[in-house]
Amino acid sequence: MLADLPLLSLVIWTPIIGGLLVLFFSKDEQAPLARIIALAVSVLTFLLTIPLWTGFDNSTYQMQFVEYVSWIPTFNINYHLGIDGISMPLILLTAFSTVLVVIAGWDVIKYRPAQYMAAFLIMDGLMIGVFCALDSILFYVLWEAMLIPMFLIIGIWGGERRVYATIKFFLYTFLGSVFMLVALIYMYIQSGSFGILDMQNMPLGMTEQTLIFLAFLIAFAVKVPMWPVHTWLPDAHVEAPTGGSVILAAIMLKMGTYGFVRFSLPITPDASQQLDWLMITLSLIAVVYIAFVALVQKDMKKLIAYSSIAHMGFVTLGFFIIFAILENTGSTQGMAMAIEGALVQMISHGFISGAMFLCVGVMYDRMHSRQIADYGGVANTMPIFAAFMVLFAMANAGLPGTSGFVGEFMVILAAFKANFWIAFLAATTLIFGAAYTLWMVKRVLFGEVANDNVAALKDVNKREFFLLGVLAVAVLALGLWPAPLLDVMHATVDHLIEQVMHSKL
Amino acid sequence: MMSTSSFQTPNLLPAVPEMFVLAATCVILLADLFVRDDKKVITYLLSLATLVGAAILTITLHTGETVRTFSGSFVSDPMGDVLKVFVYLVTAAVFVYSRSYLIARNLFKGEFFILGLFGVLGMMVLISAHNMLTLYLGLELLSLSMYAMVALHRDSINATEAAMKYFILGALASGMLLYGMSLIYGITGSLDLVEINAAIKSLDDSQMMVAGLGMVLVIVGMAFKLGAVPFHMWLPDVYHGAPTAVTLYIGTAPKIAAFAMVMRLLVEGLGDMHVQWQEILIIMAVLSMAVGNIIAIAQTNIKRMLAYSTIAHVGFLLLGILAGTAEGYSSAMFYAITYTLMAAGGFGMILLLSRSGFEADRLEDFKGLSERSPWFALMMLILLLSMAGVPPTVGFYAKLAVLQSVVGVGLTWLAVLGVIFSIIGVFYYLRVIKLMYFDKPVDTSPLETTTDMRIILSANALGILYLGLMPGSLLALCVAAIG
Repeated sequence: MLADLPLLSLVIWTPIIGGLLVLFFSKDEQAPLARIIALAVSVLTFLLTIPLWTGFDNSTYQMQFVEYVSWIPTFNINYHLGIDGISMPLILLTAFSTVLVVIAGWDVIKYRPAQYMAAFLIMDGLMIGVFCALDSILFYVLWEAMLIPMFLIIGIWGGERRVYATIKFFLYTFLGSVFMLVALIYMYIQSGSFGILDMQNMPLGMTEQTLIFLAFLIAFAVKVPMWPVHTWLPDAHVEAPTGGSVILAAIMLKMGTYGFVRFSLPITPDASQQLDWLMITLSLIAVVYIAFVALVQKDMKKLIAYSSIAHMGFVTLGFFIIFAILENTGSTQGMAMAIEGALVQMISHGFISGAMFLCVGVMYDRMHSRQIADYGGVANTMPIFAAFMVLFAMANAGLPGTSGFVGEFMVILAAFKANFWIAFLAATTLIFGAAYTLWMVKRVLFGEVANDNVAALKDVNKREFFLLGVLAVAVLALGLWPAPLLDVMHATVDHLIEQVMHSKL
Repeated sequence: MMSTSSFQTPNLLPAVPEMFVLAATCVILLADLFVRDDKKVITYLLSLATLVGAAILTITLHTGETVRTFSGSFVSDPMGDVLKVFVYLVTAAVFVYSRSYLIARNLFKGEFFILGLFGVLGMMVLISAHNMLTLYLGLELLSLSMYAMVALHRDSINATEAAMKYFILGALASGMLLYGMSLIYGITGSLDLVEINAAIKSLDDSQMMVAGLGMVLVIVGMAFKLGAVPFHMWLPDVYHGAPTAVTLYIGTAPKIAAFAMVMRLLVEGLGDMHVQWQEILIIMAVLSMAVGNIIAIAQTNIKRMLAYSTIAHVGFLLLGILAGTAEGYSSAMFYAITYTLMAAGGFGMILLLSRSGFEADRLEDFKGLSERSPWFALMMLILLLSMAGVPPTVGFYAKLAVLQSVVGVGLTWLAVLGVIFSIIGVFYYLRVIKLMYFDKPVDTSPLETTTDMRIILSANALGILYLGLMPGSLLALCVAAIG
């Protein structure tokens, strides 16, 4: 029965319509009702995504759960949805994170809670839509539309410098994407179709590929974000409310890397190969340089934001190191390992960064400060919380047994097949990552109780315990047993490698 | 050519909507004399009825074929019909939005509506003109109505100054246009657009130069009417100085008519000189987008801001026309129509916030709107995002269609310039959103509006959103209209 339903549409539109519904309960006295509806909608959406996983056929790279309706016939734009082994896990992650965000904002958000919840629900649907879209204009529309709720979330519920941060966020991402739009239009003119799969199959000359690759690079690099267009992220993260930070880090950053595997690699394989040095360099700068930047941060959110950039550097490294691996070893096995490692890193980082931002949120709600210097000895007054935070910090540092280890290890291992020095530089993350994360944990959690405010802290309540507990389970499960996730990806990744190796010239 | 010696009754059918509007307006003009000042709502309703009637006539007489009449000087074609229907629709919305504003300022008189209807008639003639004289006739009827409307608030120094400026510069532009037309007439021997088009093909080089000069002058005249840089100086001052209700009128439907004028003159009349006018249009389009978007950032008055935004939008519209393909023309038509709908909503929102003795025309007046009225803040959000070209609003598809036609003729660099300027443009729209959503209200008084205005304004904004989700039918309509 489930197979007959347009599941992807349901997953996209349930939260959007639910979010609009929540808007009707905007009055202050209706806030409890608004929260309950928001929770119900987000849980329902998550439940709807589960059949996508259980009904998923691991053996094929073909798009599954496909829906195809003509949308704008004049330009041959279609409402074309479908998922493969790359997008399916991201959809589950999105729906899962939204549930957590709704719970995280439960009684913390006092100002216009209904609109807060609605914004996240609408964004949920839009983000899932981005991962499902197989028509580039549909993709673009959702990709841009997603900015609107996030713009409002940061601007309305954010911190002191929220206006600066949110306008910077919007303009940066908008600037990046419009170049992609021009590239998409160019390909439409050449091929007569806006379909992503058609674009993957169309022949393109080297100059065209290079220009298109660069246009995509601007769009996706801003979103990832890659050095040097990363500066919006620390601002946005610091000023965003906790929920906003979680969604930004857990999902929005993944859009950029998703774009690389959905667009850049398969549509412009030759340009990707030719410019892989650029991508590897930028990725290594993110991994090494940004780690140093993270080390000196005084603000916890900023530190985690920079650590996100460093971790996303691993993902882009995994995607673009494959050409060097192919050249060195001639085997596709190493390529697959690099890409799968990067994909696992995307999911894992979604859990870990979300958890880290929630941890900061838990402390911020009590102390109204994000400065590391204001804390010290929190473990004495909040032992349960401290246990969770240490676990997530370890995962962030890539401790074996946590999800953070799997992806990084695979990428480093694959990188060794390409070039020792690249792998060496990438591997320094295990040291620097541990350094900045654990040093922060040490200063915040351990030592003597720093001041009266810390002494007065109360440990996590049931709601917070649930949030952190669920994420802890996810981090450990993925770390100890990543096989189910990898199984989902194999066929799709193998196909991607075929596409990448097939020159379009 | 038709012989002039024997008189034949021309086919009146294509011009029935025009005749209806003319007759109805004259009736209203007379009837208004007998309507007491406190009963002017009768004039208002009659005006709306005229627009509805004209719409019904245009739609029922729509054949989908191109029919020319009055010795070829008047044409009824699908493009004209579509444009006219949108002119009625937008003008009707303008009348509804303006009512409370005019009442509060003691301007709720017959003149506003009668001049407005004469303006509509001018637009209709302009849209259907297929002869330079008809075109000029329509243009002047429209322009004169607008000059008078700007001066309607005669005690206001600003309005008087704006009207004076508008009139003098407008007359100058009309003169240029007329001079250009006379040169083209001199060299081709005809005022008929079809014959001009045919004659231009056989011109030799020296004749071509004269025709080129004529074309340049015609373009100058049109650029003035459109508000394209460098002939845009009047636009911010007139938008700012005119009563907001009049600004709303000037800023909306006449843009549709101006688009039609460009189509008739440049495409249907001087289509073979495409190479020449394309270059001029490229320069004007780039300058308009640059000047409009950059100067808008510095504005503190929202009417002026929207005026510069209009200039930027005109630049984008010109991009579609200069592509010189059917896709380009239909994308420009789509752009003109959707821009007009957005502008109507945007200026309508200023009218919504205004009340007696208070013009909500400064940016600060939008502060905290989301607390005063969450619903209308949301509507304004949709309108602003649409103007900025952010999906899922129709403004995005308008830009998409134009960019696509530009890329389609190999001018990808122009498309890149276009998107860069539109990013600059996003900033000032975002600033208004910031004022509405992120700032606390200064003025907490509830909005004073009538129900009809609330409904139409909401429908206007939701229509923008709906067209953003389902742009297919309107796009197809524009494609079909251009043929």
